[in-house]
Amino acid sequence: MSVFDRAYDDTVRVLDEDGDVVGDVPDLDDESLVEMYRHMRLARHFDGRAVSLQRQGRMGTYPPLSGQEGAQIGSAYALDADDWMVPSYREHGAALVHGLPLKQTLLYWMGHEDGNNAPPDVNVFPVAVPIASQVPHATGAAWASKLRGEDDAFICYFGDGATSEGDFHEGVNFAGVFDTPTVFFCNNNQWAISVPRERQTRSATLAQKAEAYGIDGVQVDGMDPLAVYSVTTAAVEKARDPDADRPRPTLIEAVQYRFGAHTTADDPTVYRDDEEVERWKRKDPIDRLESYLRDEGVLDEERVAEIESSVEAQVADAIDAAESMARPDPRELFEHVYAELPPELERQYEEFAALRDERGDAAFLED
Amino acid sequence: MTDTQNLTLVQAVRDGLHAELREDDDVVVMGQDVGKNGGVFRATEGLFDEFGGDRVIDTPLAESGIVGTAVGMAAMGMRPVPEIQFSGFMYPGFDQIVSHMARFRTRSRGRFTLPMTLRAPYGGGIRAPEHHSESKEAFYAHEAGLKVVIPSTPYEAKGLLAASIRDPDPVIFLEPKLIYRAFREEVPEEPYTVPIGEAATRREGDDVAVFTYGAMTRPTLEAAETLGEEGIECEVVDLRTISPLDREAIVEAFEKTGRGVVVHEAPKTGGLAGEITAILQEEALLYQEAPIGRVTGFDVPYPLYALEDYYLPSAARIEDGILEAVEF
Repeated sequence: MSVFDRAYDDTVRVLDEDGDVVGDVPDLDDESLVEMYRHMRLARHFDGRAVSLQRQGRMGTYPPLSGQEGAQIGSAYALDADDWMVPSYREHGAALVHGLPLKQTLLYWMGHEDGNNAPPDVNVFPVAVPIASQVPHATGAAWASKLRGEDDAFICYFGDGATSEGDFHEGVNFAGVFDTPTVFFCNNNQWAISVPRERQTRSATLAQKAEAYGIDGVQVDGMDPLAVYSVTTAAVEKARDPDADRPRPTLIEAVQYRFGAHTTADDPTVYRDDEEVERWKRKDPIDRLESYLRDEGVLDEERVAEIESSVEAQVADAIDAAESMARPDPRELFEHVYAELPPELERQYEEFAALRDERGDAAFLED
Repeated sequence: MTDTQNLTLVQAVRDGLHAELREDDDVVVMGQDVGKNGGVFRATEGLFDEFGGDRVIDTPLAESGIVGTAVGMAAMGMRPVPEIQFSGFMYPGFDQIVSHMARFRTRSRGRFTLPMTLRAPYGGGIRAPEHHSESKEAFYAHEAGLKVVIPSTPYEAKGLLAASIRDPDPVIFLEPKLIYRAFREEVPEEPYTVPIGEAATRREGDDVAVFTYGAMTRPTLEAAETLGEEGIECEVVDLRTISPLDREAIVEAFEKTGRGVVVHEAPKTGGLAGEITAILQEEALLYQEAPIGRVTGFDVPYPLYALEDYYLPSAARIEDGILEAVEF
C-alpha cells in the first residue's frame, strides 16, 4: 500500500518525541543516518551563529530555521544530485544538503547576490522572497524537464502562509493539469510571522488541499526526519515515473515549529507564549534522531563530540570565507542586468565611476 | 529573390511564431486559447495542428501561473512565449514579471537567465469592453532587466518577434491591436530578425521631429503628410523598442530639427513622452528651439468606447501638437 493511501490527518510518523520507533524505519545505512544527523547539527549550529552574526552587525536580516531541521534535511536527503530544489528563503539546511556551500548562504544574507550564484552542478534555484511566488517556477521547471523527456524531480519549499496565496493555487493547479514531476513541500511551521496557521485556512489540514488539484496529499511529522525522508522519497520516486498509476505531483504538509523568530527583525514574544514554544521544543528533531541512533548503537558520546567539533569548525570556516569576500565593485550593479550592457547603462556606470574616482569611495559608503 | 506573403500585422506575428517554433525545439507557445482555438485574434492559428499540444499549449486561465511557469521553463533553458490575451489582464501576473522575470539574471549573477518573450495585444481603438484597451507599457519600461518591444508594421512584427524570442533576456512584446488588421505588407517567408533597441525613421523632415510607436505611428504619419502639404516637414521616428530606448536616434533627429513632439496613446503622466523629453533636455538643450510637445492619452481611466475616439490622439490632435512646436 502506498504511503499516500491514508487520511489527510493520519500523520506519517517513524520516531516519536522520545526517538522510539512508531512506524516503518526507512532503509538507510548507518553512515547515511549519521550523516543526516550531522547535517541537522550543522544546520542548527549554523543557524545560531548566523543569528549572532546579525546581532553583532556582521550580517543583515536573517531568517532562522531552528526547529525545522527534520523537514529540511530529511526531505533533501530524498533527492538525487540531478534533482532540482526550488526554495523560498529559509531552506538553508535543505540547500546545504543539496550541495549549496554555507558560504553562499552567508553571502546572500550579507548582501551579496553572489550567494545565489551556486556552483554549476548544484541544482538549487535562487532564493525567492515574495511568498509562494516560487511555486509556479517549480511547476514550470519540472514541466520543461518533462517536455524534454528527462526524468528529474523538482522539490518546491514554501510555508503555511504561502498556501493562502494565489501563486500556490496557480502553481499547484498547473502541476496537476500537466502532471509535472513536482513535489510541493509545505513547511507548516504554524506561524506566518504573527499570523497562526488557523488564520490561513479553515481546512483541517493543508495536505487536503491536494484533493482539489487531483494530486496526492499527505501530512507528515515534520520534526521526524525519518518520516520526512520516507514520504519525500516516495513522492520523488512517483514524480520521476511517468508510468506510475498515480499523479506525478504531490503536496506534502510537514507539521513542525519555528523555534525562533520569523527573521532577526521579528520579536515572537509579542504574538505567542513561551509555554507553546516549550511544548514544541520537546519535539526537537535533532534530539529525537540522536536518541534513536544512540539506542541503535550507531552513535555514542565520542562520535557526537566529534560531530560537534567538526560542525563548529565547518561553520567557522564558512564565516571566515564569507567575511573575507571584498565588497563587490560597483560595476557589479550593472553587469548582470542584461546579457549585454545597453549603452545607457554603460553611460550611467561611467558617470558614477568617474565621480567615484574623483571623490573616493568614502564619499559614497556609510561607516 | 526571397518569397514573400502579403500579411497583416497579426498574420505576421503568427508567421513569426511559426518560424521560431520550426527553428528551435525549445520554443513553446502557451496561454489562454492559444491552442485549438488559434488565439482570440488568430495570432496562433494552425500552430496547434502543426506542432501539437506540447509546443502550443492551452493553459489554465491564470495569468500569474502562465508567467510564473514560463519563468521556471526559461530558467531551465527553454524559450517559452507566453501570451496574455489582453495587456489589461497582465496585472495578476505583474508580480511574476517585475519580481522574477526582470530579476533572475541579476539575482543569480547570471547563472539563471530567462530567454522568454511575453506577448500581449495592447492599446485602444477597437471598441472593446472595459480593461481591453489600456496602454501601460511605461510600467514595464520602468523595470530594469526587461526589454519592451512594440512593432508597428507586419514586416517588423515578424522580425522583432524573432529577435525577441532569440534574445537571451526577457522581452515584453506588446502588439498594437488597433493595427492588427489595418493594412498588409510583403513579409518574407524565410525567418529573419529586426534588431531590438533600434528606432526607425518613417519619414524624413527638417522642421520638427515627432517620436512615436505602435498604433500611433499611422495617425502621426497622416498628420505629417497633411502638414507637409502646408510646407511643414516632419521627421517621424518610430521607436520600435521602448526599453532600452535608442537615445542616439532620438537625439539625432531632434538636433536636426530643434523641435520635438512625442505621441503616445498611454496617459501623459509618467509616460514615455516624459522620458524622451528628459533625454532631449539632458543631451540636446542647446539645439532646442521650442518646448517639447506631448500628444498623449489623457490622465483618465481608459473610457468605454463611446468616448474612446476623444481619448486617443487623433491626426487632428497630433497636427495641433506639431503646429504648437513649429510655431513657438
